[in-house]
Amino acid sequence: MEQRPDPDQLLKNIQSEQTNRGRLKIFMGYAAGVGKTYAMLEAAHQRLREGVDIAVGYVETHKRLETEELLEGLNVIPRKQVAYHGVTLPEMDVDAILALRPALALVDEFAHTNAPGSRHPKRYLDVEELLDAGIDVYTTLNIQHLESLNDVVAQVTGVIVHETVPDRMIDEATEIEVIDLPPDELLQRLKEGKVYIPDQAARAIQMFFRKGNLTALREMSLRRAAERVDDQMRAYMQTRAILGPWPAAERLLVCISPNPLAERLVRTTRRLADELNAEWFAIYVELVSRPELKLANRERIGRTLQLAEELGGKTLTLAGRSIHDAVLEYAHRNNVTKIVVGKPLRPRWQEWLSGSVVDQLIHASGDIDIYVISGRPEPQQGVVPAAWRPHSPWWRYLVSLALVALATLLGLSVRGQLEPTNLVMLYLAVVVIAAIYLGRGPSLLATVAGVLAFDFFLVPPQLTFAVRDTQYIITFIGLFVVSLVVSTLTARVREQAEASIQREAETTALYNLSRDLTAATNLNDVANSIFAHIGQIFGREVAIFLPAGQRVKTFASSPGYTPSENELAVANWAFEHDQPAGRGTDTLPAASLRCQPLKTARGLVGVLGLRPKQPGSLLTPEQRLALDAFAHQSALALERATLVEQARQAELLQAAEKLQAALLNSISHDLRTPLVAITGALSALDEDDGSLDEETRRNLVENARAEADRLNRLVGNLLNMTRIEAGALKLAREPCDISDLIGSALEIVEGRLQGRRVEIAFSPNLPLVQLDFVLIVQVLVNLLDNAIKYSPADQPIEVGARREGDEVQISITDRGAGIPPEDLERVFDKFYRVQRPGNISGTGLGLSICKGIVEAHGGRIYAENRAGGGARILVNLPIE
Amino acid sequence: MTETAPRILIVDDEPAIRRFLRTSLTARGYTIYEAVDGQDALQAVLSHRPDLLVLDLGLPDLDGVQVTRSLREWTQIPIIILSVREQEADKIAALDAGADDYLTKPFGLGELLARIRVALRRQATTASEPVFRDGGLSVDLSRRLVTVDGREVQLTPTEYDLLRVLVTYAGRVITHSQLLHKVWGEGYEDMHLLRVNISNLRHKVEPDPTRPTYIHTEPGVGYRLRAKTTGPLDEGVFRAG
Repeated sequence: MEQRPDPDQLLKNIQSEQTNRGRLKIFMGYAAGVGKTYAMLEAAHQRLREGVDIAVGYVETHKRLETEELLEGLNVIPRKQVAYHGVTLPEMDVDAILALRPALALVDEFAHTNAPGSRHPKRYLDVEELLDAGIDVYTTLNIQHLESLNDVVAQVTGVIVHETVPDRMIDEATEIEVIDLPPDELLQRLKEGKVYIPDQAARAIQMFFRKGNLTALREMSLRRAAERVDDQMRAYMQTRAILGPWPAAERLLVCISPNPLAERLVRTTRRLADELNAEWFAIYVELVSRPELKLANRERIGRTLQLAEELGGKTLTLAGRSIHDAVLEYAHRNNVTKIVVGKPLRPRWQEWLSGSVVDQLIHASGDIDIYVISGRPEPQQGVVPAAWRPHSPWWRYLVSLALVALATLLGLSVRGQLEPTNLVMLYLAVVVIAAIYLGRGPSLLATVAGVLAFDFFLVPPQLTFAVRDTQYIITFIGLFVVSLVVSTLTARVREQAEASIQREAETTALYNLSRDLTAATNLNDVANSIFAHIGQIFGREVAIFLPAGQRVKTFASSPGYTPSENELAVANWAFEHDQPAGRGTDTLPAASLRCQPLKTARGLVGVLGLRPKQPGSLLTPEQRLALDAFAHQSALALERATLVEQARQAELLQAAEKLQAALLNSISHDLRTPLVAITGALSALDEDDGSLDEETRRNLVENARAEADRLNRLVGNLLNMTRIEAGALKLAREPCDISDLIGSALEIVEGRLQGRRVEIAFSPNLPLVQLDFVLIVQVLVNLLDNAIKYSPADQPIEVGARREGDEVQISITDRGAGIPPEDLERVFDKFYRVQRPGNISGTGLGLSICKGIVEAHGGRIYAENRAGGGARILVNLPIE
Repeated sequence: MTETAPRILIVDDEPAIRRFLRTSLTARGYTIYEAVDGQDALQAVLSHRPDLLVLDLGLPDLDGVQVTRSLREWTQIPIIILSVREQEADKIAALDAGADDYLTKPFGLGELLARIRVALRRQATTASEPVFRDGGLSVDLSRRLVTVDGREVQLTPTEYDLLRVLVTYAGRVITHSQLLHKVWGEGYEDMHLLRVNISNLRHKVEPDPTRPTYIHTEPGVGYRLRAKTTGPLDEGVFRAG
């Protein structure tokens, strides 16, 4: 049967070939002095002869002549001097190399730790950035720097190597060249002084360079190289569907606990997974019954999980009632074939009390293999020992002692009436109170103190610890045991309650954030919701960065906080690389801000920055998970708000375009119409051969004249409208007489009035009003025009003026059909015309021009319908 | 009084307007000369010595106000300026510089002819008429008597002065500032006073103060006392053909 090529493998191959990522070649050796740097430089020279553009990023020659000679002819990039605590340390200048863009860069000492203040804490991260930019890299590495081998190396050589490189970097390397040297020759070179030894580590190095060690290390490195070849061969075979000894698809699972052994377990699992070519998971089970862990332990779990991820495993945190239940359930559901656990470290009796996880796993595992790994715990690296440490404030212990004293006093006072055995209840009560209100520690203290006090004060003989009646021993034991149990249980209930409250608070916070974000429709509301909620939950100051082109700019931040230039640079890095950056991450960890890219299905929406109010606090792993949830919500909300804003802009644009089209249509029509009559009349008169009589000629001429007037008015209206729109309306205010204004207006429209009656009603003694005479006359002319247009020719027009407080009110009323009530405000809009039968001419600009002019004077114009039919326009103008 | 037709110089850079003016005014018996810009106009006044100048304000080289000023330095020739709407400031400037009247484009021929007549009449009379009559209004300057439809009207001294100045400018426009200076003296700029007095005057003299027939407002510019009556000076020689 033919095997089809594995599509996943094919895809991986294609991706690795297609990517513009640079290629990494590692020159690997098993100890210092085997000649890795030398080999790298030789290879570089070979490439140089082939014409490849090479730059030396960082090469450590240790002042060895032969190595330094090899540097000649190569372009050495000067090192960047990083200042740290008064000392300047030379580091690789990543930016210079990125700017130069050589085809190949040489970077020595892959596992080196950069000085604080550098962009990345480790050199392999710098190399990763170079590779991402498409630059090939040659680098050197010793086998003991591999993360997964770290504990094995420690075991073999007794030396703990602190600078490690995660295995994924090695896995992704395109080529590994093993630089081998027989240990005897290496030792010879050491004697000849050809191997670099930093002075401080002299003694450790001597211990390191023992033949047994070297041989073991050599074997490790050779074996690792062989495994890699094996992998490559397998990959090759898979793409070509060559039948081979495919191992069954294995899946490994390792349980992580706060136990210091956990890291070793993770590394072992990784090695096992390598050998079996299996996927592996690292799981931490959070017990429902004991959710609250000490901070140090939580941090250790977080670090272990992170290590597992770096080593290539998938991590998960589960919640469950018991460890073995949760683990087995997950294992069965996900086809795990082997589970790795650590040998129990606790003494037998403890296990007998609370059960051994390993035993339970073994019994219930069914067909899953259990690997039990042993090992001594790592040498302590500043970790808090598992020993008990008081964590309640000291004053609570005093209070519990005081309560015991209180109970004793009470007991003494009723001693005569009651048997001592009954007085035990008082102490029980004290223990319960202490457990509920004061905490586990103080309640334990109350237990012990209670028993002692009981013995001392209340059991005959008083004031001694001796007991006359040995039955009281049982009472003591009983009191002690019951108190202990009660205090433990109560304290646990209390802790659970606190944890529940904490969890509920977080869930509520997330719910509240979601709810607020759903309600927020514009960017500012979204930003404010984010600040309020996220800032409160994480106790941090928040900044939101939104994209502007290829970079991000600060959009908003918590009140009182403005991101600095450096912080903006961190945000930009996070945006460009779509990875978290800043405090608590791999990149720019010295920054004060932690930046999280906000991403939705459509892409990057922006960057969220968090800055702790007190420097030094990092987010716990749980908080980081919670932050992811919050960040995702925020990203969605920001995206929505941005889209809403874009939609609104599009709408506005559309409306503006519509208006413009209407304007052009209207003007085009209204400009041409009068010309029809004018041109028509003139041409008729021109071509008249005498057949037109005097009257006809007169009519033509009068009609043409009236139309010319109309055209003139229209042009004037358009000009006024343009001026108002452009804000170029300049008011020349002077004291004006209202009747003067109206008189001028009436004079202008006299021709159109055609004998219509105009009733004028002014209140006497109207003051002079500060107005622009010409413009207000224009307003009145427009209003009169409207009145004439919209009412029958035999109906009068009323003009009124009166004083109202510090305003003068002018009204123009017609007896036409009036204005529909719903349009009373819209009549003042541009191009508005009341729909009515019959041909009403005009562009509909008149009233809006009036409005513009009146409002420029600081006045008001509005319309109402006259009782009995007709429309009334009122203009209020301030006197001053 | 003159036997020859009055000579008018038309100054406008628009050929269409010049054509219209030439055609219409020639038909009315005037002799027409044309100039296309400011410099041209100044030359033409010197060479042709017209009786009246119709001057557009918007000339390409010198603006109408400058031409007016230059001319007024040596001649009292009547000047009627043509301007577009909403350039009140320019109109006022030209009138204050010495122009006699103005017309807003587009204008009708009747208006133009009326203004030309008034401007020429001012030139023609050497002695001022003692009694001004227009419709029902009669102002006897020598006796300081004002009657409307035969009824005597009592005016305050200021109101009478106002009316008197208007009468001397009868038919022509007078700007606010010219009015203020002539009635109240140099340095008076109080529009308030002017408006109030005009209002009072109208109430006393006009049959319908809200629709004045005599004292006419020129919006933004000033006032004009209408002189509708055609006197002996308006007849005759102008009706050619």
